[in-house]
Amino acid sequence: MNHPAGIEGAVTNPTGIGASMRRKEDMRFLMGRGNYVADIKLPDMTAGVFVRSPHAHARIVSIDKKAALAMPGVVDVLTGEDLKTDGVGGLPCAWPVVGKGGAPTKEPAHPAIAQGKVRYVGDAVAFVIAESLAQARNAAEAVVVEYDVLPAVVGVLDAIKPGAVAVFDDIPDNVCVDWELGDKHATEAAFKKAAHIARISLVNNRLVGNPMEPRAAIGAFDRSRGQHTLYTTSQFPHIVKLLMGNFVLNIPQHKLRVVSPDVGGGFGVKQFHYAEEAVVTWAAKRLGRPVKWVCDRSEGFISDAHGRDHVTEAEMALDENGKFLALKVSTIANMGGYLSTFGPNIPTNLYGPLLAGVYTTPAIYCEVKAVFTNTVPVDAYRGAGRPEATFVLERLVDVAASELGIDKAEIRRRNMIPSNAYPYQTPVMMEYDSGDPGGCLTKALANADWNGFPARKAASAAKGKLRGIGLCTYVEACGLAPSRIAIRLGVRGGLFESAAVRVHPTGQVTVLMGSHNHGQGHETTFAQIVSERLSIPAENIEIVFGDTDKVQFGLGTYGSRSLAVGGSALWKATDKVIAKGKKIAAHMLEAADTDIEFADGMFSVAGTDRAKSFAEVALSAHFPVDYPLEILEPGLEEQAFYDPVNFTFPCGAHIAEVEIDPETGVVELLSYVCVDDIGTVINPMIVDGQITGGVVQGVGQALYEDCVYDPESGQLLSGSFMDYCMPRADHVPKVSVETHITKCTHNPLGSKGCGELGTIGSPATVINAVVDALSHLGVNHIDMPASPHRVWRVINEAGGAARVAQ
Amino acid sequence: MLIQFVLNGKPVAVDVAAYDLLADVVREKLGLTGTHIGCDTSQCGACVVHIDGRSVKSCSTLAVTLEGAKVTTIEGLASPSGQLHPMQQAFHEQHGLQCGFCTPGMVMSAVDFASRNPNPTPAEAAAGIEGNFCRCTGYQNIVKSVIAGAAAMRVVK
Ligand code: FES
Ligand code: FES
Repeated sequence: MNHPAGIEGAVTNPTGIGASMRRKEDMRFLMGRGNYVADIKLPDMTAGVFVRSPHAHARIVSIDKKAALAMPGVVDVLTGEDLKTDGVGGLPCAWPVVGKGGAPTKEPAHPAIAQGKVRYVGDAVAFVIAESLAQARNAAEAVVVEYDVLPAVVGVLDAIKPGAVAVFDDIPDNVCVDWELGDKHATEAAFKKAAHIARISLVNNRLVGNPMEPRAAIGAFDRSRGQHTLYTTSQFPHIVKLLMGNFVLNIPQHKLRVVSPDVGGGFGVKQFHYAEEAVVTWAAKRLGRPVKWVCDRSEGFISDAHGRDHVTEAEMALDENGKFLALKVSTIANMGGYLSTFGPNIPTNLYGPLLAGVYTTPAIYCEVKAVFTNTVPVDAYRGAGRPEATFVLERLVDVAASELGIDKAEIRRRNMIPSNAYPYQTPVMMEYDSGDPGGCLTKALANADWNGFPARKAASAAKGKLRGIGLCTYVEACGLAPSRIAIRLGVRGGLFESAAVRVHPTGQVTVLMGSHNHGQGHETTFAQIVSERLSIPAENIEIVFGDTDKVQFGLGTYGSRSLAVGGSALWKATDKVIAKGKKIAAHMLEAADTDIEFADGMFSVAGTDRAKSFAEVALSAHFPVDYPLEILEPGLEEQAFYDPVNFTFPCGAHIAEVEIDPETGVVELLSYVCVDDIGTVINPMIVDGQITGGVVQGVGQALYEDCVYDPESGQLLSGSFMDYCMPRADHVPKVSVETHITKCTHNPLGSKGCGELGTIGSPATVINAVVDALSHLGVNHIDMPASPHRVWRVINEAGGAARVAQ
Repeated sequence: MLIQFVLNGKPVAVDVAAYDLLADVVREKLGLTGTHIGCDTSQCGACVVHIDGRSVKSCSTLAVTLEGAKVTTIEGLASPSGQLHPMQQAFHEQHGLQCGFCTPGMVMSAVDFASRNPNPTPAEAAAGIEGNFCRCTGYQNIVKSVIAGAAAMRVVK
């Protein structure tokens, strides 16, 4: 692959910043030598299987382990009562939020194995451990659980009805938190003056993240040292260590190691502290033997945290020229049967503040009720809150444009924040540091040949097909997160990131990163940053992550933060290495360290040809025979922690074109154009891959994926790949990726992040295109996924296929 | 029962139960963990290996049926000296992998597909790997990899 044409990046060093170098991590994966948790075998290891509730809501009357314990190979059967006996705590919520009038988030107990009641299909009721997996599976069938089945509440609208079934006895209205943001009075006042009000009611469909590697966990306990080890499929091993050690199992931090080796995709699904992690760690100590649990895919469907699941009413006030005066949004968000690690934060702090989009809307008010239901806990999934916000805003803008008869690009332009207005303070908390959304839009319209669309539509019509074009602009808040802001928003911890650069005596470098690589290409991207800064080839740089015994405390990977925050920590660490190197070189060259310059791998005395190479300085640092030790320490290893001062704000414009067969309702996605402002690009090839992959995941939400529960029984109807439609290779069009860059102004790299923007922009873009194709039928919205059945029904309800060929 | 087959060019004998699946046997009994398990409904293709040169989902193949067969897993694709198969090389060059979990199955499917369709169009390449899920890449670079790998396989032949 050549350097992707549209992505900016200046290359001077073939393994430095801006180079599309091939990935260092590829070899082990291509040869089948990855090391995923399921691949790990420890001596004397046992296998564990969870018995999970078949009911959405039930009282556990009794659990009879006897038959299971008597089966061949069974080592133990553990239940919620055993957790209680051992004093094991519940799973903590790490990011509760503050509701209206200062009301706290309700945080009901979340035992790792159910105690007394089960609250969703899949809630764990027992853990069966045996010598082999087959034995554990067989014995799990023999655990007899008697349930007193209770009525379940499944959908969010049902959950808030008066008299609804309560998921928790002490939370009779099922409301976890009732949250608001923005100026209600200013918003109401603006609506009174509006020339036009556009309205929309929509559902943001519930999704299952489905990274291709199912979750897995192995607990081990070393009696001789009193040391616990957990191997887990996690995006943030240090946070698992902190949450599990401190809040659940009461293991001192110096006695707990968490290892997250190669991880097969995360997308947020693997950034929570899960019950299974605590159970295997606890069981391993009880047994004195390692315990391994590997999730089946169908088990993943009912135990991985789900994403999205909002029901929203929104209104926009406009003046007679299509200027946005105010926006009012009311959302009910599903939390599921317990709070997952970040659950309440996603539909609130990561949603409301993004409703400003890239527009100058002066008044915004948003209220969100997060509610409990008898479904799997809901938490972050790629984009997390920001795709939902973008979907509301960009659908509403399209509705307004159609109602006012203004071109959809034009209405966006009229309301867009001009590039010279940055930094820009929105009415909903955020200060955007940089951006040029108008520039992104101009490029996207050109790349998609927006003006040529009518001719293409006519050509489709001649074939009996309905063609539509959809546009969306977006902004996202990435680089999670400035600790001082996040703490005001409720997070229980800091959100900085760490990096350490260890220079070996021979000049090669090992880098220890607090972020975690599970597909994003960190081993390459971070090596490129070090290569650029220290002028050494990337092949001499190793990136280490995912082991709390090797790597200093770090916060892991989520929220498109690894480059903007982790990369900035790495930048600072290389600054320190250079500064220390200058001192060493000054000593070697008998000069003042203020006179030493570092460039192109050489430390030189300014204005002279006297110089020492990086390798010579590294060697000297480890043979300090004549060092003035009182002012110069031996060694060359530096660590940095970086806490951002603001979020980063990638933004952009996406355009999709679809063709619909009115006879079948099948939507074919013909083209997808992105122009994104992501700040400095380190590796254009990797950026292209991240954006394309994200877009296709968002296309999955728009056209294919739907997590469906039976509304009465709470049974998951789309509980396997047979029923949950994952995008396949023949579903996706060519995605054209281009960048339009303004640099982040507050981090040393100038990077903003690119991991989530695909899923943030694409659902709105694709649905806007589908609605455009159906607009002549009077359709102004269609819920996701725009499946053939749903589209066919919309067409037929609007008057049938006969009316379509206009 | 004891079965004998050829695995990545070497004869092996392994004791299997009647219900053992090939995926579990190569992973657990023969220690080759490059073959992955991504689902339990035979949908994802992470487990694809070759049996007598044809791609097969090893999660849905009973090990006892392999007596005398030639099985190749991802570990057997590169040359013994470590030189990548042209399809593996193409995935590297075209950035056809991110997390790497789907990659072994994807590459094994692609090799079989390209051996039967040495000069595929993008639509044919996409259809050829339709039985393999990838959640990371959005498939675009995988399709490019399959086409480039097929071209390189033609040259090698
Ligand atoms: S493991 Fe999914 S198809 Fe075999
Ligand atoms: S590379 Fe991650 S699933 Fe394909």
